[in-house]
Amino acid sequence: MGKVVAVTGNEAVAEALRQVNPDVCAAYPITPQTDLMQRFTSFASNGKVKTEVILVESEHSAMSACVGAAAAGGRVVTATSSQGLLLMLEIVFIASGMRLPIVMPIVNRAVSAPINIHGDHSDAMAARDAGWIQLWSENAQEAYDNAIQAFRIAEHLDIRLPAMVCLDGFIISHSIERIEYLDDKTVSDFVGDFKTVNPLLDTDHPVSYGPLILTDYYMEYRKAHDEVMSRVSKVVLEVAEDFHKVSGRRYGLFEAYRLEDAEIALVVLNSAAGTSKDVIDAFRDKGIKVGLLKPRLMRPFPYNEIGEALKHLKAVCVLDRADAFGGSLGPLCIDIMSALYQYKERPIVMNKIYGLGGRDFMPSQAEYALNDLLETVKTGKVKTFKEYIGVRE
Amino acid sequence: MSTAPLSLKELSKKEVLFASGHRMCAGCGAPIVVKMVLLASDYPVVASNATGCLEVSSCISEYTSWKIPWIHNAFENAAATIAGAETMYRSLKKQGKIDREIKFIAFGGDGGSYDIGIQSLSGAMERGHDMLYICYDNGAYMNTGIQRSSATPIGADTTTCPVGDVIQGKPQPRKDLTKIMAAHGIPYVAQASPSHWQDLMKKVKKALEIKGPKFMNILAPCNRGWRSQTNDAILLSRLAVETCYWPLFEIENGVTRITVKPKEKRPLVDFLKPQGRFKHLFTPQNEALLKQAQEQIDQYWERLLKEEACFGSVGSQETEK
Repeated sequence: MGKVVAVTGNEAVAEALRQVNPDVCAAYPITPQTDLMQRFTSFASNGKVKTEVILVESEHSAMSACVGAAAAGGRVVTATSSQGLLLMLEIVFIASGMRLPIVMPIVNRAVSAPINIHGDHSDAMAARDAGWIQLWSENAQEAYDNAIQAFRIAEHLDIRLPAMVCLDGFIISHSIERIEYLDDKTVSDFVGDFKTVNPLLDTDHPVSYGPLILTDYYMEYRKAHDEVMSRVSKVVLEVAEDFHKVSGRRYGLFEAYRLEDAEIALVVLNSAAGTSKDVIDAFRDKGIKVGLLKPRLMRPFPYNEIGEALKHLKAVCVLDRADAFGGSLGPLCIDIMSALYQYKERPIVMNKIYGLGGRDFMPSQAEYALNDLLETVKTGKVKTFKEYIGVRE
Repeated sequence: MSTAPLSLKELSKKEVLFASGHRMCAGCGAPIVVKMVLLASDYPVVASNATGCLEVSSCISEYTSWKIPWIHNAFENAAATIAGAETMYRSLKKQGKIDREIKFIAFGGDGGSYDIGIQSLSGAMERGHDMLYICYDNGAYMNTGIQRSSATPIGADTTTCPVGDVIQGKPQPRKDLTKIMAAHGIPYVAQASPSHWQDLMKKVKKALEIKGPKFMNILAPCNRGWRSQTNDAILLSRLAVETCYWPLFEIENGVTRITVKPKEKRPLVDFLKPQGRFKHLFTPQNEALLKQAQEQIDQYWERLLKEEACFGSVGSQETEK
């Protein structure tokens, strides 16, 4: 067993990266990711990792260099937030199109305008359909554990796709929590040696990356990508099983909290799930059958598994820390509704947008959402399908 | 490593690493440049390529002209991409996982180098990656249909600054990317032209022997965009040198040396006249513009001569035969 420490989310992820010890890291500073990369580059400066660090002049070049390094043949990492992710987005798509297993922690932050540096899921949601795997993390422990597992999942020979590990900016990245580290050997044994596939550096077997594919074969490439995505869930569960053996901590595609016999439930990502669980407990103490579902694998979204977990409920409130403008629902709500559409008998789904730009998610907001669900079940009428909560009127 | 002598006889024994059958236009200068660059290397090379004519025509579906490891990432990041590959190489070399000597070359057109890719290029040069960046400069966005770039010469007719009643081609002079790269203080910067193949290949050889970031700007005539004949790529690139439109020089560790001095500096019009993109400059109303273009060339050449003189470097320059 590893040691118990009190660390911030950024510190925990930096420690995971030190233990994984990648070959190349290319990074550019952006709040709130800065502290993560400062810590990691300090490991490099002090010879604690073998990693060659490229301190690039933009996030666009960070992801571009990651693509070059990963195609060359080795384990590659970067991290970013908010505008940084948006700036590199063009190359984020290219990394997955080339099937390069780059791992990228995303310290979730709001996007401009107006400029705001605090925790919000708009950044990772904007990149959710870029062909990457996305693992979301409630706290520092999960961010640490997900970061380690992400390498195994991304590099799996049936998959070879890049992966993002999401954690909430400031709320998790800069708050100190008690977590448990694995020891270095356990982590390096767990991730294993990097297996190269068609490396550029094998000059005896030259390969061309990034060809032009027009109308004749482009669709086949896209279909192949889709098929690979469909294999991810299985690998995520296999890796989670192996991780349980070395850590004692269990992970799935999502976390179901007091959900089995629940009649109503909240669905929420990342740190707000922690606050919500306390409120769920308080409702349970009063004998009210409430539960919670927290997605972990956000991409590819496990529609069937999540649908099965939620279908028995009478009503569900999806809490989104991002909005999809244009009169539609929040991005998580859109996926939850899609997951439930296949059932004839399905719960009522409502959507509440909370915590944008780092606004605190308070227990009272979870209570409000649960009470709204209870009222909806009682009256059979939905007051409002989508609303902003914790907002000035 | 011993370098093979630069004679046609010796070069003819080397494998051409850029295969024919690619889909560049007939008479294009870019594949000539690529062949010369790869032929000049005595090392295994890994290359990156910016989006553009060269990229889009050299690797289509399962057909690739590249007999070396090659990666096309996007338009503006050939430098950052090869920097990533070079860094992985250093990491694996340090770990004892690879031992062979590999050289890293990025190819980009003027759009991908002067304009959209200048940040990526500047960053890679500043960080000191052991790489050679080759800009093949055809003076416009030829791949998308001859739109002006910051490398387009003054007065040139392009599809986005078309000659009209008010505008007579591109109003601004070219950006001097070669000097911008030299201002990075990198160990080697050079300009070359496919007309002077020995000079070009000597420069590539020299660059590959130098550790650190190197930049070469190589003129690549484009008959579609220049509105010229398909058989005049070499002729035009020679005229570019002889008119001093495209001086052949190198800046090694800050020291400027003109590598080819024309015996007789020809008037700029000799370079402009065969090209349809400058046709309008020869009407009486554009006399002043033509004069301005010549003056800019003269000033640049004079300054280059002064720069060379100031280092007292006469070296082993060739005289144009």
